[in-house]
Amino acid sequence: MASRLLTLCRCQTNIRQISRSAARFCSTTTNNGAGPACSADQMEGETHFGFETVRESEKEERVHKVFHNVASSYDVMNDAMSAGVHRLWKDAFIQRFAPPPGTKLIDVAGGTGDIAFRFLNYMNKEHGTSSRPLDIEIPSRIQMEGFSEVQSEEDPTTSPSQNAHVTVFDINQAMLDEGKKKAERLGFTEDLSSWVCGNAECLPMDDNQFDAYTIAFGIRNVTHIEKVLTEAYRVLKPGGRFMCLEFSEVPNPVLRKIYDEYSFQVIPVMGQVIAGDWHSYQYLVESIRQFPNQETFATMIRDAGFKFVRYENLTFGVAAIHSGIKL
Amino acid sequence: YPTHIPTSFFQKALLSVGSAAMAITNPWRGDMIATMGETTGYLAIKQMKQKMLADPVGRQILEEQPRINTSTVDLAYLKSLPDGAFGREYVRWLEDNNASPDERMPVSFVDDPQLAYVMTRYREVHDLFHTILGMPTNMLGEITVKWFEAIQTGLPMCALGALFGPLRLGPKSVVFFIQSTHLWWAIRNGRNAKCMMCVYFEKHWEQSVEEMRREFNIEEPPHTPQKAKIPS
Repeated sequence: MASRLLTLCRCQTNIRQISRSAARFCSTTTNNGAGPACSADQMEGETHFGFETVRESEKEERVHKVFHNVASSYDVMNDAMSAGVHRLWKDAFIQRFAPPPGTKLIDVAGGTGDIAFRFLNYMNKEHGTSSRPLDIEIPSRIQMEGFSEVQSEEDPTTSPSQNAHVTVFDINQAMLDEGKKKAERLGFTEDLSSWVCGNAECLPMDDNQFDAYTIAFGIRNVTHIEKVLTEAYRVLKPGGRFMCLEFSEVPNPVLRKIYDEYSFQVIPVMGQVIAGDWHSYQYLVESIRQFPNQETFATMIRDAGFKFVRYENLTFGVAAIHSGIKL
Repeated sequence: YPTHIPTSFFQKALLSVGSAAMAITNPWRGDMIATMGETTGYLAIKQMKQKMLADPVGRQILEEQPRINTSTVDLAYLKSLPDGAFGREYVRWLEDNNASPDERMPVSFVDDPQLAYVMTRYREVHDLFHTILGMPTNMLGEITVKWFEAIQTGLPMCALGALFGPLRLGPKSVVFFIQSTHLWWAIRNGRNAKCMMCVYFEKHWEQSVEEMRREFNIEEPPHTPQKAKIPS
Protein backbone atom coordinates (compact mmCIF):
# COMPACT_ATOMS: atom_id res chain seq x y z
CA MET A 1 0.00 0.00 0.00
CA ALA A 2 2.77 2.39 0.98
CA SER A 3 4.74 1.76 -2.20
CA ARG A 4 1.63 2.43 -4.30
CA LEU A 5 1.24 5.83 -2.64
CA LEU A 6 4.88 6.64 -3.22
CA THR A 7 4.71 5.91 -6.93
CA LEU A 8 1.28 7.36 -7.61
CA CYS A 9 1.44 10.82 -6.04
CA ARG A 10 3.16 13.53 -8.02
CA CYS A 11 3.09 16.55 -5.69
CA GLN A 12 5.76 19.06 -6.54
CA THR A 13 6.53 20.33 -3.07
CA ASN A 14 9.15 19.48 -0.53
CA ILE A 15 8.23 16.23 1.16
CA ARG A 16 9.74 17.23 4.48
CA GLN A 17 7.82 20.49 4.51
CA ILE A 18 4.52 18.75 4.02
CA SER A 19 5.08 16.09 6.66
CA ARG A 20 6.28 18.78 9.02
CA SER A 21 3.27 20.96 8.51
CA ALA A 22 0.92 18.00 8.79
CA ALA A 23 2.65 16.97 12.01
CA ARG A 24 2.50 20.51 13.38
CA PHE A 25 -1.16 21.13 12.71
CA CYS A 26 -2.73 17.69 12.86
CA SER A 27 -3.27 15.68 16.02
CA THR A 28 -2.83 12.47 14.05
CA THR A 29 -0.69 12.42 10.94
CA THR A 30 -2.84 10.49 8.56
CA ASN A 31 -0.47 10.34 5.64
CA ASN A 32 2.10 7.62 6.21
CA GLY A 33 5.53 8.69 7.39
CA ALA A 34 7.11 8.94 3.96
CA GLY A 35 4.04 10.60 2.46
CA PRO A 36 3.64 11.12 -1.25
CA ALA A 37 6.78 11.26 -3.39
CA CYS A 38 6.89 15.03 -3.54
CA SER A 39 9.98 16.30 -5.29
CA ALA A 40 11.94 19.09 -3.63
CA ASP A 41 11.05 22.68 -4.38
CA GLN A 42 13.74 25.04 -3.11
CA MET A 43 12.15 28.40 -3.99
CA GLU A 44 10.90 30.29 -0.92
CA GLY A 45 9.03 33.30 -2.22
CA GLU A 46 6.85 35.93 -0.66
CA THR A 47 3.10 36.01 -0.66
CA HIS A 48 0.26 38.00 0.83
CA PHE A 49 -1.48 37.51 4.17
CA GLY A 50 -4.37 39.91 3.83
CA PHE A 51 -2.67 43.20 3.00
CA GLU A 52 0.62 42.18 4.63
CA THR A 53 3.51 40.66 2.71
CA VAL A 54 4.88 37.54 4.36
CA ARG A 55 7.19 34.66 3.58
CA GLU A 56 5.36 31.70 2.09
CA SER A 57 6.29 29.42 4.97
CA GLU A 58 4.90 31.97 7.39
CA LYS A 59 1.52 32.28 5.68
CA GLU A 60 0.51 28.71 6.45
CA GLU A 61 1.31 29.19 10.13
CA ARG A 62 -0.61 32.42 10.36
CA VAL A 63 -3.66 31.10 8.53
CA HIS A 64 -3.59 28.14 10.87
CA LYS A 65 -3.58 30.45 13.87
CA VAL A 66 -6.52 32.42 12.50
CA PHE A 67 -8.69 29.35 12.18
CA HIS A 68 -7.54 27.92 15.47
CA ASN A 69 -8.70 31.13 17.12
CA VAL A 70 -12.03 31.37 15.34
CA ALA A 71 -13.01 27.68 15.35
CA SER A 72 -15.45 27.78 18.23
CA SER A 73 -17.24 30.93 17.15
CA TYR A 74 -16.89 30.26 13.40
CA ASP A 75 -20.51 29.39 12.74
CA VAL A 76 -21.93 32.17 14.90
CA MET A 77 -19.72 34.74 13.21
CA ASN A 78 -20.68 33.52 9.74
CA ASP A 79 -24.32 34.03 10.56
CA ALA A 80 -23.68 37.46 12.04
CA MET A 81 -21.45 38.76 9.25
CA SER A 82 -23.65 37.62 6.39
CA ALA A 83 -26.98 37.94 8.22
CA GLY A 84 -27.45 34.27 7.55
CA VAL A 85 -26.97 34.63 3.79
CA HIS A 86 -24.00 32.26 3.81
CA ARG A 87 -26.53 29.47 4.39
CA LEU A 88 -28.31 30.41 1.17
CA TRP A 89 -25.02 30.42 -0.67
CA LYS A 90 -24.17 26.95 0.59
CA ASP A 91 -27.67 25.67 -0.24
CA ALA A 92 -27.33 27.05 -3.78
CA PHE A 93 -23.92 25.41 -4.02
CA ILE A 94 -25.31 21.98 -3.26
CA GLN A 95 -28.23 22.53 -5.64
CA ARG A 96 -25.82 23.38 -8.49
CA PHE A 97 -23.66 20.45 -7.52
CA ALA A 98 -26.63 18.03 -7.59
CA PRO A 99 -24.57 14.95 -6.71
CA PRO A 100 -25.77 11.67 -8.18
CA PRO A 101 -26.30 8.59 -5.99
CA GLY A 102 -23.25 6.88 -4.57
CA THR A 103 -21.03 9.95 -4.89
CA LYS A 104 -17.73 9.81 -3.07
CA LEU A 105 -16.95 13.37 -2.16
CA ILE A 106 -13.87 15.01 -0.78
CA ASP A 107 -14.73 18.30 0.85
CA VAL A 108 -11.51 20.24 1.27
CA ALA A 109 -11.12 22.99 3.88
CA GLY A 110 -14.32 21.42 5.10
CA GLY A 111 -13.71 22.42 8.69
CA THR A 112 -16.93 22.56 10.62
CA GLY A 113 -18.79 20.47 8.05
CA ASP A 114 -21.31 22.90 6.53
CA ILE A 115 -20.91 21.45 3.04
CA ALA A 116 -20.48 17.85 4.19
CA PHE A 117 -23.75 17.87 6.13
CA ARG A 118 -25.66 19.54 3.30
CA PHE A 119 -24.25 16.91 0.95
CA LEU A 120 -25.39 14.04 3.16
CA ASN A 121 -28.83 15.57 3.64
CA TYR A 122 -29.16 16.05 -0.12
CA MET A 123 -28.22 12.41 -0.74
CA ASN A 124 -30.79 11.29 1.79
CA LYS A 125 -33.51 13.47 0.38
CA GLU A 126 -32.96 12.98 -3.33
CA HIS A 127 -31.73 9.43 -3.42
CA GLY A 128 -33.36 7.84 -0.43
CA THR A 129 -30.99 6.52 2.19
CA SER A 130 -27.33 6.70 1.36
CA SER A 131 -26.96 2.95 1.38
CA ARG A 132 -28.92 1.49 -1.48
CA PRO A 133 -28.20 -1.60 -3.58
CA LEU A 134 -27.27 -1.08 -7.23
CA ASP A 135 -30.20 -0.93 -9.62
CA ILE A 136 -28.58 -3.19 -12.19
CA GLU A 137 -26.90 -6.50 -11.76
CA ILE A 138 -23.62 -7.16 -13.45
CA PRO A 139 -23.61 -10.69 -14.94
CA SER A 140 -20.65 -12.58 -13.58
CA ARG A 141 -19.09 -13.32 -17.00
CA ILE A 142 -18.93 -9.58 -17.78
CA GLN A 143 -17.43 -8.57 -14.44
CA MET A 144 -14.44 -6.37 -14.98
CA GLU A 145 -11.06 -7.77 -14.26
CA GLY A 146 -9.55 -6.46 -11.11
CA PHE A 147 -12.92 -5.52 -9.72
CA SER A 148 -12.88 -8.28 -7.12
CA GLU A 149 -9.25 -7.44 -6.36
CA VAL A 150 -10.17 -3.87 -5.50
CA GLN A 151 -13.14 -5.05 -3.43
CA SER A 152 -11.09 -7.40 -1.28
CA GLU A 153 -8.62 -4.67 -0.35
CA GLU A 154 -11.30 -2.49 1.10
CA ASP A 155 -13.55 -2.88 4.10
CA PRO A 156 -15.67 -5.96 3.49
CA THR A 157 -18.54 -4.77 5.66
CA THR A 158 -19.52 -1.83 3.45
CA SER A 159 -20.02 -1.76 -0.32
CA PRO A 160 -18.25 1.46 -1.11
CA SER A 161 -19.62 1.77 -4.60
CA GLN A 162 -23.17 1.90 -3.29
CA ASN A 163 -22.96 4.40 -0.45
CA ALA A 164 -22.43 8.11 -0.56
CA HIS A 165 -19.47 9.17 1.51
CA VAL A 166 -17.76 12.41 2.31
CA THR A 167 -14.15 12.84 3.37
CA VAL A 168 -13.88 16.13 5.20
CA PHE A 169 -10.34 17.40 4.82
CA ASP A 170 -8.84 20.38 6.64
CA ILE A 171 -5.42 21.57 7.70
CA ASN A 172 -6.78 22.60 11.07
CA GLN A 173 -7.60 19.99 13.67
CA ALA A 174 -9.57 22.46 15.81
CA MET A 175 -12.00 23.06 12.95
CA LEU A 176 -12.33 19.33 12.29
CA ASP A 177 -13.04 18.70 15.97
CA GLU A 178 -15.86 21.25 15.86
CA GLY A 179 -17.18 19.52 12.75
CA LYS A 180 -17.09 16.09 14.36
CA LYS A 181 -18.99 17.43 17.36
CA LYS A 182 -21.61 18.88 15.04
CA ALA A 183 -21.93 15.60 13.16
CA GLU A 184 -22.75 13.85 16.40
CA ARG A 185 -25.24 16.53 17.43
CA LEU A 186 -26.99 16.33 14.08
CA GLY A 187 -27.14 12.55 14.21
CA PHE A 188 -24.96 11.57 11.27
CA THR A 189 -23.63 8.03 11.60
CA GLU A 190 -19.91 7.47 11.58
CA ASP A 191 -19.76 5.44 8.38
CA LEU A 192 -20.95 8.38 6.26
CA SER A 193 -17.99 10.66 6.87
CA SER A 194 -14.27 10.66 7.50
CA TRP A 195 -12.43 13.54 9.04
CA VAL A 196 -8.87 13.89 7.80
CA CYS A 197 -6.27 16.47 8.74
CA GLY A 198 -3.67 17.57 6.21
CA ASN A 199 -2.55 20.09 3.63
CA ALA A 200 -4.64 20.65 0.49
CA GLU A 201 -1.48 21.32 -1.50
CA CYS A 202 -0.43 17.70 -1.08
CA LEU A 203 -3.33 15.33 -0.47
CA PRO A 204 -2.45 11.99 1.17
CA MET A 205 -4.56 10.06 -1.32
CA ASP A 206 -4.05 8.08 -4.48
CA ASP A 207 -4.95 9.42 -7.92
CA ASN A 208 -8.47 9.06 -9.29
CA GLN A 209 -10.20 8.44 -5.99
CA PHE A 210 -13.20 10.72 -5.81
CA ASP A 211 -16.32 11.47 -7.82
CA ALA A 212 -16.35 15.06 -6.68
CA TYR A 213 -14.16 17.63 -4.98
CA THR A 214 -15.63 20.63 -3.23
CA ILE A 215 -13.92 23.52 -1.52
CA ALA A 216 -16.06 26.22 0.06
CA PHE A 217 -14.50 29.43 1.39
CA GLY A 218 -11.18 27.67 1.74
CA ILE A 219 -9.15 28.20 -1.41
CA ARG A 220 -8.72 31.86 -0.59
CA ASN A 221 -6.54 30.91 2.38
CA VAL A 222 -4.03 28.60 0.72
CA THR A 223 -0.49 29.63 -0.09
CA HIS A 224 -0.40 28.12 -3.61
CA ILE A 225 -3.75 28.07 -5.34
CA GLU A 226 -2.35 26.33 -8.45
CA LYS A 227 -1.04 23.45 -6.35
CA VAL A 228 -4.41 22.95 -4.73
CA LEU A 229 -6.06 22.91 -8.16
CA THR A 230 -3.52 20.43 -9.50
CA GLU A 231 -4.07 18.18 -6.50
CA ALA A 232 -7.83 18.43 -6.97
CA TYR A 233 -7.40 17.32 -10.57
CA ARG A 234 -5.20 14.42 -9.52
CA VAL A 235 -7.47 12.88 -6.91
CA LEU A 236 -10.62 13.17 -8.99
CA LYS A 237 -11.72 10.24 -11.12
CA PRO A 238 -12.09 10.91 -14.85
CA GLY A 239 -15.53 12.46 -15.23
CA GLY A 240 -15.18 13.85 -11.71
CA ARG A 241 -16.42 17.30 -10.85
CA PHE A 242 -14.60 20.19 -9.21
CA MET A 243 -16.81 22.70 -7.39
CA CYS A 244 -15.61 25.80 -5.62
CA LEU A 245 -17.58 28.35 -3.60
CA GLU A 246 -15.60 31.45 -2.73
CA PHE A 247 -15.79 35.17 -2.17
CA SER A 248 -15.24 37.06 -5.38
CA GLU A 249 -15.37 40.48 -6.95
CA VAL A 250 -18.45 42.66 -7.04
CA PRO A 251 -18.49 44.10 -10.57
CA ASN A 252 -20.89 46.98 -9.88
CA PRO A 253 -18.82 49.92 -8.55
CA VAL A 254 -21.56 51.42 -6.37
CA LEU A 255 -22.37 48.12 -4.73
CA ARG A 256 -18.67 47.39 -4.39
CA LYS A 257 -18.14 50.61 -2.44
CA ILE A 258 -20.97 49.75 -0.04
CA TYR A 259 -19.63 46.21 0.33
CA ASP A 260 -16.09 47.48 1.02
CA GLU A 261 -17.30 49.96 3.63
CA TYR A 262 -19.31 47.26 5.34
CA SER A 263 -16.39 44.83 5.21
CA PHE A 264 -13.77 47.11 6.65
CA GLN A 265 -15.87 49.17 9.06
CA VAL A 266 -18.24 46.60 10.47
CA ILE A 267 -16.80 43.12 10.21
CA PRO A 268 -13.69 43.52 12.39
CA VAL A 269 -15.88 45.22 15.01
CA MET A 270 -18.22 42.21 14.93
CA GLY A 271 -15.18 39.97 15.26
CA GLN A 272 -14.10 41.82 18.39
CA VAL A 273 -17.54 41.86 19.99
CA ILE A 274 -18.67 38.34 19.15
CA ALA A 275 -15.45 36.36 18.92
CA GLY A 276 -13.09 38.60 20.89
CA ASP A 277 -10.77 38.62 17.88
CA TRP A 278 -10.36 41.72 15.74
CA HIS A 279 -7.29 40.60 13.82
CA SER A 280 -8.64 37.34 12.41
CA TYR A 281 -11.58 39.13 10.86
CA GLN A 282 -9.42 41.96 9.58
CA TYR A 283 -7.45 39.21 7.84
CA LEU A 284 -10.69 37.76 6.45
CA VAL A 285 -11.81 40.95 4.71
CA GLU A 286 -8.31 41.69 3.41
CA SER A 287 -7.84 38.16 2.04
CA ILE A 288 -11.05 38.52 0.02
CA ARG A 289 -9.56 41.50 -1.81
CA GLN A 290 -6.34 39.60 -2.52
CA PHE A 291 -8.07 36.65 -4.14
CA PRO A 292 -8.24 36.59 -8.00
CA ASN A 293 -11.54 37.63 -9.55
CA GLN A 294 -14.02 35.36 -11.31
CA GLU A 295 -12.36 35.32 -14.75
CA THR A 296 -8.81 34.99 -13.48
CA PHE A 297 -9.74 32.16 -11.18
CA ALA A 298 -11.61 30.40 -14.00
CA THR A 299 -8.45 30.58 -16.09
CA MET A 300 -6.44 29.07 -13.27
CA ILE A 301 -8.90 26.19 -13.07
CA ARG A 302 -8.57 25.61 -16.81
CA ASP A 303 -4.79 25.68 -16.48
CA ALA A 304 -5.01 22.82 -14.00
CA GLY A 305 -6.59 20.72 -16.72
CA PHE A 306 -10.30 21.03 -16.03
CA LYS A 307 -12.77 21.36 -18.88
CA PHE A 308 -16.20 23.05 -19.13
CA VAL A 309 -15.14 25.60 -16.54
CA ARG A 310 -18.07 27.83 -15.60
CA TYR A 311 -18.84 30.32 -12.89
CA GLU A 312 -21.97 31.82 -11.43
CA ASN A 313 -22.20 34.94 -9.24
CA LEU A 314 -24.16 34.93 -6.01
CA THR A 315 -25.39 38.11 -4.32
CA PHE A 316 -24.02 40.48 -6.97
CA GLY A 317 -20.64 38.80 -7.00
CA VAL A 318 -19.95 38.83 -3.29
CA ALA A 319 -19.59 35.08 -3.72
CA ALA A 320 -19.18 32.91 -6.80
CA ILE A 321 -19.50 29.22 -7.64
CA HIS A 322 -16.85 27.89 -10.03
CA SER A 323 -17.08 24.42 -11.51
CA GLY A 324 -15.07 22.24 -13.86
CA ILE A 325 -14.90 18.62 -15.02
CA LYS A 326 -11.92 16.32 -15.26
CA LEU A 327 -12.13 14.47 -18.57
CA TYR B 1 2.17 51.15 20.71
CA PRO B 2 2.19 47.39 20.12
CA THR B 3 -1.40 46.49 20.99
CA HIS B 4 -2.88 49.51 19.22
CA ILE B 5 -5.70 48.88 16.73
CA PRO B 6 -6.50 52.08 14.82
CA THR B 7 -10.22 52.65 14.46
CA SER B 8 -12.41 55.21 12.74
CA PHE B 9 -14.99 57.19 14.68
CA PHE B 10 -17.75 55.06 13.20
CA GLN B 11 -15.97 51.89 14.33
CA LYS B 12 -15.53 53.27 17.85
CA ALA B 13 -19.23 54.11 17.97
CA LEU B 14 -20.16 50.63 16.75
CA LEU B 15 -17.76 49.05 19.21
CA SER B 16 -19.20 51.04 22.10
CA VAL B 17 -22.72 49.95 21.37
CA GLY B 18 -21.77 46.37 20.58
CA SER B 19 -19.51 45.87 23.57
CA ALA B 20 -22.03 47.47 25.93
CA ALA B 21 -24.77 45.17 24.67
CA MET B 22 -22.50 42.14 24.91
CA ALA B 23 -21.27 43.10 28.38
CA ILE B 24 -24.79 43.44 29.75
CA THR B 25 -26.02 40.18 28.29
CA ASN B 26 -22.83 38.20 28.86
CA PRO B 27 -21.20 39.70 31.94
CA TRP B 28 -18.38 37.15 31.97
CA ARG B 29 -17.01 38.87 28.86
CA GLY B 30 -14.58 41.05 30.79
CA ASP B 31 -12.96 42.01 27.51
CA MET B 32 -16.19 43.69 26.41
CA ILE B 33 -16.32 45.88 29.51
CA ALA B 34 -12.71 46.79 28.83
CA THR B 35 -13.43 47.61 25.18
CA MET B 36 -16.42 49.73 26.12
CA GLY B 37 -14.28 51.61 28.61
CA GLU B 38 -11.73 52.43 25.92
CA THR B 39 -14.12 53.48 23.20
CA THR B 40 -16.33 55.70 25.38
CA GLY B 41 -13.67 57.05 27.67
CA TYR B 42 -11.81 59.61 25.56
CA LEU B 43 -12.87 62.71 27.47
CA ALA B 44 -12.59 61.06 30.86
CA ILE B 45 -9.10 59.73 30.12
CA LYS B 46 -8.03 63.18 29.00
CA GLN B 47 -9.42 64.62 32.21
CA MET B 48 -7.57 62.01 34.28
CA LYS B 49 -4.36 62.92 32.52
CA GLN B 50 -4.92 66.60 33.32
CA LYS B 51 -5.43 65.78 37.00
CA MET B 52 -2.24 63.74 36.98
CA LEU B 53 -0.29 66.53 35.33
CA ALA B 54 -1.47 68.94 38.05
CA ASP B 55 -0.10 66.69 40.81
CA PRO B 56 3.67 66.17 41.32
CA VAL B 57 3.35 62.44 41.96
CA GLY B 58 0.89 62.13 39.09
CA ARG B 59 3.43 63.78 36.80
CA GLN B 60 6.04 61.31 37.93
CA ILE B 61 3.75 58.40 37.08
CA LEU B 62 3.13 59.79 33.60
CA GLU B 63 6.85 60.18 33.03
CA GLU B 64 8.00 56.82 34.39
CA GLN B 65 4.95 54.85 33.17
CA PRO B 66 5.23 52.07 35.79
CA ARG B 67 3.41 48.81 35.08
CA ILE B 68 1.88 46.36 37.54
CA ASN B 69 2.19 42.70 36.60
CA THR B 70 3.98 39.61 37.92
CA SER B 71 7.27 40.64 36.32
CA THR B 72 7.32 44.15 37.79
CA VAL B 73 5.95 43.35 41.23
CA ASP B 74 7.64 40.89 43.56
CA LEU B 75 4.64 39.15 45.12
CA ALA B 76 6.80 36.91 47.27
CA TYR B 77 8.40 39.93 48.90
CA LEU B 78 5.03 41.56 49.47
CA LYS B 79 3.79 38.38 51.12
CA SER B 80 6.70 38.53 53.56
CA LEU B 81 5.63 41.95 54.83
CA PRO B 82 3.86 42.20 58.21
CA ASP B 83 0.06 41.97 58.39
CA GLY B 84 -1.60 45.29 57.86
CA ALA B 85 1.04 46.47 55.44
CA PHE B 86 -0.42 47.52 52.10
CA GLY B 87 1.68 45.07 50.11
CA ARG B 88 0.77 42.17 52.43
CA GLU B 89 -2.92 43.01 52.27
CA TYR B 90 -2.75 43.26 48.47
CA VAL B 91 -1.35 39.74 48.17
CA ARG B 92 -3.95 38.51 50.69
CA TRP B 93 -6.66 40.13 48.57
CA LEU B 94 -5.31 38.49 45.40
CA GLU B 95 -5.34 35.07 47.05
CA ASP B 96 -8.77 35.47 48.68
CA ASN B 97 -10.30 36.50 45.39
CA ASN B 98 -8.35 34.17 43.13
CA ALA B 99 -6.94 37.03 41.08
CA SER B 100 -3.67 37.89 39.40
CA PRO B 101 -2.24 41.19 38.20
CA ASP B 102 -1.63 39.58 34.78
CA GLU B 103 -5.27 39.14 33.93
CA ARG B 104 -5.87 42.65 32.63
CA MET B 105 -6.53 43.07 28.91
CA PRO B 106 -4.11 45.35 27.06
CA VAL B 107 -5.51 48.63 25.74
CA SER B 108 -6.15 48.67 21.97
CA PHE B 109 -8.71 51.28 20.97
CA VAL B 110 -7.23 54.43 22.48
CA ASP B 111 -5.27 56.17 19.75
CA ASP B 112 -2.95 58.50 21.68
CA PRO B 113 -0.11 56.48 23.29
CA GLN B 114 0.02 58.56 26.47
CA LEU B 115 -3.74 58.35 26.97
CA ALA B 116 -3.42 54.63 26.28
CA TYR B 117 -0.97 54.47 29.18
CA VAL B 118 -3.36 56.33 31.49
CA MET B 119 -6.06 53.79 30.64
CA THR B 120 -3.62 50.92 31.20
CA ARG B 121 -2.66 52.40 34.57
CA TYR B 122 -6.32 52.67 35.55
CA ARG B 123 -6.82 49.01 34.67
CA GLU B 124 -3.77 47.86 36.55
CA VAL B 125 -4.47 49.78 39.76
CA HIS B 126 -8.09 48.64 39.90
CA ASP B 127 -7.11 45.72 42.12
CA LEU B 128 -5.17 48.10 44.37
CA PHE B 129 -8.33 50.20 44.68
CA HIS B 130 -10.06 47.05 45.86
CA THR B 131 -7.39 46.53 48.48
CA ILE B 132 -7.35 50.02 49.86
CA LEU B 133 -11.15 50.19 49.86
CA GLY B 134 -11.32 46.78 51.50
CA MET B 135 -13.74 45.39 48.91
CA PRO B 136 -13.80 41.78 47.66
CA THR B 137 -14.68 40.80 44.09
CA ASN B 138 -18.29 39.79 44.73
CA MET B 139 -21.08 41.88 43.26
CA LEU B 140 -21.40 44.16 46.28
CA GLY B 141 -17.67 44.81 46.40
CA GLU B 142 -17.39 45.40 42.67
CA ILE B 143 -20.33 47.79 42.54
CA THR B 144 -18.98 49.74 45.48
CA VAL B 145 -15.60 50.09 43.78
CA LYS B 146 -17.32 51.07 40.53
CA TRP B 147 -19.19 53.91 42.24
CA PHE B 148 -15.95 55.10 43.76
CA GLU B 149 -14.18 54.90 40.40
CA ALA B 150 -17.04 56.54 38.51
CA ILE B 151 -16.75 59.62 40.70
CA GLN B 152 -12.95 59.63 40.70
CA THR B 153 -12.29 58.92 37.02
CA GLY B 154 -15.43 60.08 35.25
CA LEU B 155 -15.25 57.07 32.93
CA PRO B 156 -18.63 56.35 31.34
CA MET B 157 -17.93 52.65 31.63
CA CYS B 158 -17.64 52.96 35.41
CA ALA B 159 -20.77 55.07 35.62
CA LEU B 160 -22.75 52.62 33.50
CA GLY B 161 -21.43 49.67 35.48
CA ALA B 162 -22.23 51.42 38.74
CA LEU B 163 -25.79 52.19 37.64
CA PHE B 164 -26.65 49.02 35.79
CA GLY B 165 -24.87 46.58 38.05
CA PRO B 166 -27.52 46.63 40.77
CA LEU B 167 -30.29 47.00 38.19
CA ARG B 168 -29.24 43.82 36.52
CA LEU B 169 -29.64 41.93 39.76
CA GLY B 170 -33.24 43.02 40.10
CA PRO B 171 -35.30 45.66 41.92
CA LYS B 172 -34.82 44.10 45.37
CA SER B 173 -31.08 44.51 45.13
CA VAL B 174 -31.46 48.12 44.04
CA VAL B 175 -33.40 48.81 47.23
CA PHE B 176 -30.89 46.84 49.26
CA PHE B 177 -28.04 48.80 47.80
CA ILE B 178 -29.63 52.17 48.40
CA GLN B 179 -30.35 51.22 51.99
CA SER B 180 -26.86 49.83 52.55
CA THR B 181 -23.97 51.80 53.91
CA HIS B 182 -21.84 50.86 50.91
CA LEU B 183 -23.35 53.11 48.28
CA TRP B 184 -23.15 56.27 50.36
CA TRP B 185 -19.74 55.38 51.65
CA ALA B 186 -18.51 54.96 48.08
CA ILE B 187 -19.98 58.28 46.97
CA ARG B 188 -18.68 60.19 49.98
CA ASN B 189 -15.20 58.81 49.67
CA GLY B 190 -15.11 59.12 45.91
CA ARG B 191 -15.61 62.81 46.35
CA ASN B 192 -13.47 63.43 49.41
CA ALA B 193 -10.53 61.18 48.77
CA LYS B 194 -7.38 62.27 47.01
CA CYS B 195 -7.17 61.52 43.29
CA MET B 196 -6.21 57.87 43.37
CA MET B 197 -4.74 57.90 39.87
CA CYS B 198 -2.08 60.23 41.28
CA VAL B 199 -0.97 57.72 43.89
CA TYR B 200 2.30 55.93 43.21
CA PHE B 201 1.14 52.70 44.86
CA GLU B 202 4.40 50.93 44.26
CA LYS B 203 6.08 53.24 46.79
CA HIS B 204 3.59 52.39 49.53
CA TRP B 205 3.96 48.63 49.86
CA GLU B 206 5.49 48.79 53.32
CA GLN B 207 3.10 51.42 54.66
CA SER B 208 0.15 50.26 56.75
CA VAL B 209 -3.20 50.33 55.03
CA GLU B 210 -4.77 52.33 57.84
CA GLU B 211 -2.12 55.00 57.54
CA MET B 212 -2.65 55.15 53.80
CA ARG B 213 -6.38 55.60 54.27
CA ARG B 214 -5.73 58.48 56.62
CA GLU B 215 -3.31 60.00 54.15
CA PHE B 216 -5.74 59.76 51.25
CA ASN B 217 -8.80 60.73 53.21
CA ILE B 218 -10.60 57.40 52.97
CA GLU B 219 -12.93 56.38 55.79
CA GLU B 220 -12.83 52.98 57.40
CA PRO B 221 -14.67 50.66 54.93
CA PRO B 222 -17.92 49.01 55.97
CA HIS B 223 -17.71 45.32 56.69
CA THR B 224 -18.06 43.35 53.45
CA PRO B 225 -18.11 39.59 53.88
CA GLN B 226 -16.47 37.53 51.16
CA LYS B 227 -19.74 35.85 50.33
CA ALA B 228 -22.03 38.86 50.38
CA LYS B 229 -25.53 37.81 49.54
CA ILE B 230 -27.53 40.39 47.65
CA PRO B 231 -31.28 39.72 47.53
CA SER B 232 -32.58 39.58 43.98
